[in-house]
Amino acid sequence: MATTPITIGEEKQGFLPWLWKWLTTVDHKKIGILYLCGAGLFFLVGGIEALLIRIQLSVPQNDLLVGSTYNQVMTMHGTTMIFLAAMPAIFALLNAVVPLQIGARDVAFPFLNALGFWLFFLGGLILNASWFLGGAPDGGWTAYAPLSTEFLGSGMDFYILGLQVAGAGTLMGGINFLVTIINMRAPGMTFMRMPLFTWTALITSALILFAFPALTVGLFFELFDKIFGANFFNAANGGNGVIWEHIFWIFGHPEVYILILPAFGVISEVIPTFAKKRLFGYTSMVFATVLIGFLAFMVWVHHMFTVGLGPMANSLFAIATMAIAIPTGMKIFNWIFTMWGGQVHYTTANLFAVGFIPTFVLGGVTGVMLAVPAADFQYHDSYFVVAHFHYVIVGGVVFGLLSGLFYWWPKMTGKFLNERLGKVTFWFFFFGFHVTFFPQHFLGLMGMPRRYFTYLSGDGLTTGNLISSIGAVGMAVAVICLVINVVMTTANGKKAKGDAWEFGRTLEWSLPSPAPEYNFAQIPLVKGIDPFWKAKMEGSSKVMPAEPLGDIHMPSPSILPFLMSLALTIVSFGFIYADKMGTALNKGSLFFAGMGVALLFLMMLIHSLKDDHGIHIHKQEIIDTERVIE
Amino acid sequence: MSNAYELSIEKLPNPEKATLEGKNKFLGFWFFLGGETVLFGTLFATFLALRDKVGNGPAGHELFSITTTFISTMILLFSSLTSVFAILALKDYRLRMMQFWFWVTILLGLCFLSLEIYEFFNYVKEGLGYKTSAFSSSFYTLVGTHGSHVFFGILWISTLMIASYKKGITTVTAPKYYIAALYWHFIDVVWVFIFTVVYLLGILGG
Repeated sequence: MATTPITIGEEKQGFLPWLWKWLTTVDHKKIGILYLCGAGLFFLVGGIEALLIRIQLSVPQNDLLVGSTYNQVMTMHGTTMIFLAAMPAIFALLNAVVPLQIGARDVAFPFLNALGFWLFFLGGLILNASWFLGGAPDGGWTAYAPLSTEFLGSGMDFYILGLQVAGAGTLMGGINFLVTIINMRAPGMTFMRMPLFTWTALITSALILFAFPALTVGLFFELFDKIFGANFFNAANGGNGVIWEHIFWIFGHPEVYILILPAFGVISEVIPTFAKKRLFGYTSMVFATVLIGFLAFMVWVHHMFTVGLGPMANSLFAIATMAIAIPTGMKIFNWIFTMWGGQVHYTTANLFAVGFIPTFVLGGVTGVMLAVPAADFQYHDSYFVVAHFHYVIVGGVVFGLLSGLFYWWPKMTGKFLNERLGKVTFWFFFFGFHVTFFPQHFLGLMGMPRRYFTYLSGDGLTTGNLISSIGAVGMAVAVICLVINVVMTTANGKKAKGDAWEFGRTLEWSLPSPAPEYNFAQIPLVKGIDPFWKAKMEGSSKVMPAEPLGDIHMPSPSILPFLMSLALTIVSFGFIYADKMGTALNKGSLFFAGMGVALLFLMMLIHSLKDDHGIHIHKQEIIDTERVIE
Repeated sequence: MSNAYELSIEKLPNPEKATLEGKNKFLGFWFFLGGETVLFGTLFATFLALRDKVGNGPAGHELFSITTTFISTMILLFSSLTSVFAILALKDYRLRMMQFWFWVTILLGLCFLSLEIYEFFNYVKEGLGYKTSAFSSSFYTLVGTHGSHVFFGILWISTLMIASYKKGITTVTAPKYYIAALYWHFIDVVWVFIFTVVYLLGILGG
């Protein structure tokens, strides 16, 4: 741990050293890969749950998943996809790309970065452990009270504590990226020269910071109601369930923008790169991103139009909701104008980006329809809403993330994904998606309510549901192709150069693929938007450095983030088993939770007392490493 | 990643912000306090929505004593002042002085916490349990969350102070002392709102 020099490339072999390296890493590039693995794992789990739902609904009065079983699968599908697949996938891209795009050697808080990952991952495991320990959460991903606090089983305890742990990790990630982007940009990288993906990362991090604490408090209220007999949502003792709805959606609406903004950022990188044109309307794109972030906090009541808050409240929130269409529309037009007159190359990444545009517009249109309160009274809790949010979250977020995955995969791993197989993935996913979700608009308008596990053959919903289930098979084929692609190319893929796609514009492409541990041997000097493209146009293969070559100081790895997360997992299980459904508390479990807290404090104490002097990579090693790479 | 460790020998002005690590901690902690503001904002909003729902239990104006809470408020406000003195000493690299004022801060924090525990004890005796009403649940959760923040602050600053005898004031340790003081100010500000919204409104607003 002292300031002894380390040698790159000289690592111990074997499984245990390998495991130890990944458990203790604080390198943002490795943490990005960890996030991606976690997101991929939970995406597959959530996908299987989606398929089970579609199998159950493929024919009328099916009895594969009935009652609570269906509720569990449906709840876990939503919760898993939002919190355990989409969020970490976004953090994977943020970690892999943002420090490279701004010309930094690391994130601001490498230790917290690792802690954030382990909290997310163990939070996800806590949530999914419920399947084997008495049943999964079954109150919907929105966990409305008092249903989830008074009438459901222990599954909701897993929901509350799993999300609490994962949410804490997300909050740390948000603060980390805010500080990284504000404090650690390379010389000359002004705010208005930042790549759009970094801009969306900044705004998303700000939304995380101001949205997640509300969820933390809401989950604590539910926990206290459940375990300690508090009365927040217990109407018999003066509590009020509407408070939960407000708190949940004050978090929940910004959450959907937390998800979509980085997807917008990916599209804003991929489209200019493969059109060989700079992004059309950069300034208006930045403005639109900031405006969407601002409006994100002003619209939560549109999830609650039918609660009965009165025409004044509903109208105000309806207008704010419709206003979001304006900055979003600006973005759509800017992407189209970027392609206009460009030399568009249809790689898989670009196919997903271009496919994103019409798909997301469809989701946006139904969004404006839902923003009209009078009409929403008809759409509310029907499959029309299900179709809408899958169009924006799958058609928007997942398309964007898959585009980013194909685009930055060579930068993260040093190898290309197979393009031919990638295109198969795209077409199956694109058509599978539309076949699955387009009919759901009509099912909703015909009156099919969401969250119901079946329907009757006389309801006229049979054909639509069958088509929808067939579409789901298409999406499954696409995901299987993607998994095969990942496995195949990891074993034996085409190696990628630094500027993997040859049209790279931003700083990450000026580095080798994958980037060395210290990212930049010399921090670059940024003179404008798209600095790497600028350098190439000036006939240079490198961006001009801002400093002489010298020793580089890096943080040392640490096992504490993993152990701290483990301590919080102990606390969580203590609370889960303390809940005995309104009867007396389980004292032993509470003691167990207390031990977890003590363990956590001990770890924090060790971290506080032990100064991390980091490690130095010497100048000669950097020269050697750079030579080997070239 | 500037070289914090070796710079620490010199006595730079504003040691809490002299290195990039220090600047990062400083900004990151402000953001963290932003998140804490939302956390307490949610607790306050819930309390305001439920403060009249006393059910069969006692209401705020039947319990709250202006004397006790006023003393608590003065103690906590004064502890904020002493932490400012500690930071002034920090900027002058006067270690003993900084330790003295931080220990006074901790002592005042302990007094505040004891008063709060004593107060809660009395309320429970007068029939305001955690489960009594929606008012009681939201009251104990809001004020208790603040109290646990004070408790954590005491643990945190004590740890830093014990370590400071060995480590002194350097560009590595100065940001830690500084953000601990920021945290202490924050919980003081939150208490001012609790005093107003919970106690003054509770007593005067009936």
